[in-house]
Amino acid sequence: MEKVINKLPLDKTLRRHINKNKMQDYLWKIVRTILIIGICFVIIYPILARLSLALRGKEDIFDTTIIWIPKHVTLDNFRVAAKLMDYFSAMKNTIIIAVTCTILQTLSCTIVGYGFARLKFKGSNLLFSLVIFTIVVPPQTIMIPSYLNYRFFDVFGLIELITGNKGVNLIDTFWPFIISSATATGLKNGLYIYIFRQTFRGLPKEIEEAAYVDGCSIFKTFYKIMLPNSNPSIVTVALFSFVWQWNDCFYVGQYLSKTKVLSTQLMGLPSAMNFIDGRNPIYDNILLNAGSLLVIAPLIIIYLFCQRYFVEGVERTGIVG
Amino acid sequence: MTKKRLTMSQKKGIMGVVFVSPWILGFIFLFAVPMIQSFYFSINNLKILPEGYTLQYEGLGNYIEALRVHPTFNRILAEAVGNMLVNVPLIIIFSLFSATLLNQKFKGRTLARAIFFLPVIIASRAITTVETGDYLKTVASSMGADMGGMFNVLKGFQLEETLINSGMNAKLVGYLTGSVNRIYQIVSSSGVQILIFLSGLQSISPSIYEASHIEGATRYEDFWKITFPMMSPLILTNTIYSIIDSFTNNEMTSLLNIIAFSNQDFSLSAAMAWIYFIIISIILIITTALISKKVFYLE
Repeated sequence: MEKVINKLPLDKTLRRHINKNKMQDYLWKIVRTILIIGICFVIIYPILARLSLALRGKEDIFDTTIIWIPKHVTLDNFRVAAKLMDYFSAMKNTIIIAVTCTILQTLSCTIVGYGFARLKFKGSNLLFSLVIFTIVVPPQTIMIPSYLNYRFFDVFGLIELITGNKGVNLIDTFWPFIISSATATGLKNGLYIYIFRQTFRGLPKEIEEAAYVDGCSIFKTFYKIMLPNSNPSIVTVALFSFVWQWNDCFYVGQYLSKTKVLSTQLMGLPSAMNFIDGRNPIYDNILLNAGSLLVIAPLIIIYLFCQRYFVEGVERTGIVG
Repeated sequence: MTKKRLTMSQKKGIMGVVFVSPWILGFIFLFAVPMIQSFYFSINNLKILPEGYTLQYEGLGNYIEALRVHPTFNRILAEAVGNMLVNVPLIIIFSLFSATLLNQKFKGRTLARAIFFLPVIIASRAITTVETGDYLKTVASSMGADMGGMFNVLKGFQLEETLINSGMNAKLVGYLTGSVNRIYQIVSSSGVQILIFLSGLQSISPSIYEASHIEGATRYEDFWKITFPMMSPLILTNTIYSIIDSFTNNEMTSLLNIIAFSNQDFSLSAAMAWIYFIIISIILIITTALISKKVFYLE
């Protein structure tokens, strides 16, 4: 391109104009690179700082010459933090909850979202505005009734009739998560329904009509034609739901008191540290950092594998209204 | 007897109800009923016993206690609203700006995107609680400045003094330096917003830009005359999302949790949650009304 322009018989003013534009382009490129690197640094810095702290051995604590790279690299801090948090049993519970919720929520939200997008019935718009309403209401407003709901769980008084007790106690089981996920009213499910509704509305009507003409039933059209076409949204929602469920400490703190999960174990780490010897504030801080890294490490590993789908996926999700 | 055949739209309607029914069940039993119950609890005094719970009518007593008697409720509520007012405009500006950057073509774009969305993955409430909790504050103060200030690297104190000395309005300076200190907080809470803006930017047809280039528009004009108006519906969506997001994870929600589950004062917590909900709704209604006047729709 440049060579072509140089060969062209252009007059001086025009050539100067082209050069000026090129200058501006270069300048903008430099500014943009600096900005992007700067923002990336702001995001990554805390993780690196945590890692550098968490890898320090006990000898390094009071060594002021160390800024980034510890002299005595050790994994002991992770070991101690993992032991204090009861890491592996907590992780097992967290994985069970997150995976069940992800599968159930993605499933129920696609179905409900499709119902709202393509299968119109009287009052469906009104119901959809109620979906938006559920996003707006802070979950704390219904915290206590839902706690009592699961504490004395009963289906139309049937359980009381049979056993004579006032409902069953579902606190400290996984049932609250299963029930709310299956009915698409779990953590941030209103948002997922919204995303799926927008996606399905964005798909061309013609492919659906072609399927009907060929004799597909409504349900078969849904899972043979519409579902495969909305893969990016499904990946996005599944990732969101897994990550948010993993990090959630509100619902977990509400429904589980004895069952250990990672987020509540991490919050309990400061009090768990009261039982170790050789405490000092900096060592405590190192342990907290190691604990935090242990909680997010599985997420980062998963993200490394599916960020490609995620970053590409969202471009086509049609989150856009 | 001949079966009456349903039309396609009737069939669709019935299937629609079937498809939506899980949510309807969930909405009624896990949302609407608890919502009404929560209001009912807030005007009663709730006591939990091993075999059930008892209620005693209190009227507006809990609301009055929350607003007049409780030592920190008002302060935390005001802080939550204040933080939201400062953060949300910054989040919107930052995320629109980053989305425009990430939408351009450059080397390493995938990597940059992956890093920009990383905060969505690692934004754990548990970690921020541990870090900002009273516990760590005492630790940080006993540790001295070098390590305690690890996460406050971008402090703007000197800048603040210089600006005030140079005769600028103290409030404006406070906002500016406050926003510098908030950079990490803002960057880490705008992941989803960047996603939404980015997918919006990709839906703008490139032919509009081509036409404007032929007319001789610069890139700067492109942004303000094309990108910004086309993005305005999403600015509304993102503002609402950011407001809700900032209200669902803050000190207020932990206060509600503590009152309900540590102090076992369920009714007071329900009353506070209702006050909180009403204030959020008012803020949302006002912002939606203000922004939707300016929103531009292509159709």
